[in-house]
Amino acid sequence: MELRIQIVAIVASASLLLLVLELVRRKRFLERYALLWLFSAVILLGLSVWKGFLSTLAETIGIAYPPNALFLVAFGFVLVLLLHFSLAVSRLSDQTKVLAQRLALLEERQSEAAHDRPRGEGALEELGSAGPGRRTLERTAGRS
Amino acid sequence: MHTEARYLAVIPAFNEVATVGRVIHEVRAEAPHFDVVVVDDGSTDATGEVARTAGARVLRLPFNLGIGGAVQAGFLYALDNGYDFMVQVDADGQHCPGEIATLIDAMDADPTLDLVCGSRFLTNEHGYPAPISRRTGIHLFAFLLSKIIGQRVSDPTSGFRLYNQRGIELFARDYPHDYPEVEAVLMLHFHRLRMKEVPVRMRQRGEGVSSIGSGKSVYYMIKVLLAIFVGLVRARPVPEPGGASPVTATPGI
Repeated sequence: MELRIQIVAIVASASLLLLVLELVRRKRFLERYALLWLFSAVILLGLSVWKGFLSTLAETIGIAYPPNALFLVAFGFVLVLLLHFSLAVSRLSDQTKVLAQRLALLEERQSEAAHDRPRGEGALEELGSAGPGRRTLERTAGRS
Repeated sequence: MHTEARYLAVIPAFNEVATVGRVIHEVRAEAPHFDVVVVDDGSTDATGEVARTAGARVLRLPFNLGIGGAVQAGFLYALDNGYDFMVQVDADGQHCPGEIATLIDAMDADPTLDLVCGSRFLTNEHGYPAPISRRTGIHLFAFLLSKIIGQRVSDPTSGFRLYNQRGIELFARDYPHDYPEVEAVLMLHFHRLRMKEVPVRMRQRGEGVSSIGSGKSVYYMIKVLLAIFVGLVRARPVPEPGGASPVTATPGI
C-alpha cells in the first residue's frame, strides 16, 4: 500500500476513533452503539496500520488494490450500522405508538372520571366510609 | 342484536371537522345502542372538540399515528372497557351508519363469525364510483386475498367492519400500520378467525380527502402487496399474551 493513502487511512480512522471515544466520554451514546462504533473504528485503524494483513486480505478475496479492501470493510460496517438503526427506529416507533395509544386511553378515562365526580357527590353518604379517591377507582373499574 | 351485549362504534378521524359531527349524530340516531368513541388522530383542526360536542367520547392521540394506529387505539379501548362488539365507521361520511344494522344482522345470523365486513362491490347498484386506478388496486388485492384465504373477498380495503370480542382481542394486540384493512384480513385468516362480507351502500366521501391520494396509489399498491407477502411468511403472526412481542422483547432502545 502506498504511503500516502496509508497516512490518509490512518488519520481518518484515528480521527473516527478519537471522536467516538470523546462521545463515549461525554456519555452521548448508549453503550450498545458505542460498542458498535468503537469496534468499527478499532478494526479500521488496525487494518490501516497493519498493511501486511490488509494486503493478504485483499489478495485472498481478489482485490488488486489493497486500500479498496479497506473501503470494503468500512462499507460493511456502515451497512451493518444502518441496518441496526433501521431496527432501532422501527422498534422505537412501535413503542411510541403504544405509548400514544395508552396516553389517549388514560386521558379519556381521566376526563371521564373528572366529569362523573360532581354527579356522584350525593352517593358519598350512602357509601359511608369509602373516600372519594376510592370511589373514583371503583367507578373506573366498574366501567371496564 | 343482544340486549345485554355492549356495542362500540369507533370513528377514526384526522382533520375531519366538516363531517365528523354529522357522522356521530347519524350513528347515534341509526344505532342508538352503540357507544360512540372518536379517535382523534392528532388532528390540527377542531375535530376533537366537535366530536365531544356531538356527544362522542374522544381518544385524543398526541400526534398523528396514521389510520392503523388510530383504529388500534379503538380496539384497545373496546378491550379495556369490555365491549362485545365493535364497528368501525369512517369519519368522512362514506359509510352509512344506517347499514350498521346490516352488519349486526349478519353477525347475529352466524355467531361463529368474528368479522363482518361491509362490501360496496356485492351490490348491483354502484353508488360509489371509485377512480379506475383505485378500483384496479382493490380488485387486485381482492383477487390475491381470495386465492390465499380460499374465500371470496370482494372489497378488502373497506374499513366498514364489525368485530366480535375475538376480533377485538386479536387486533388490540397487533394491527397493521399504514393501510391496515388488507393485511388484517390475512391476519384473521392465519388466526383461524372467520369473516364474511355483506353488501352495503356507500356514499361519495364528503369533505376531506382520502388517506390515499391519487399520486400515492401506486406506492400504496406496492406497499400493500409487500405487506401481503410479508404476512404470508411472517414467523410469528401476532404476539400472544405472555409471549415476547416485538415491542417488549428487547427493553431499552
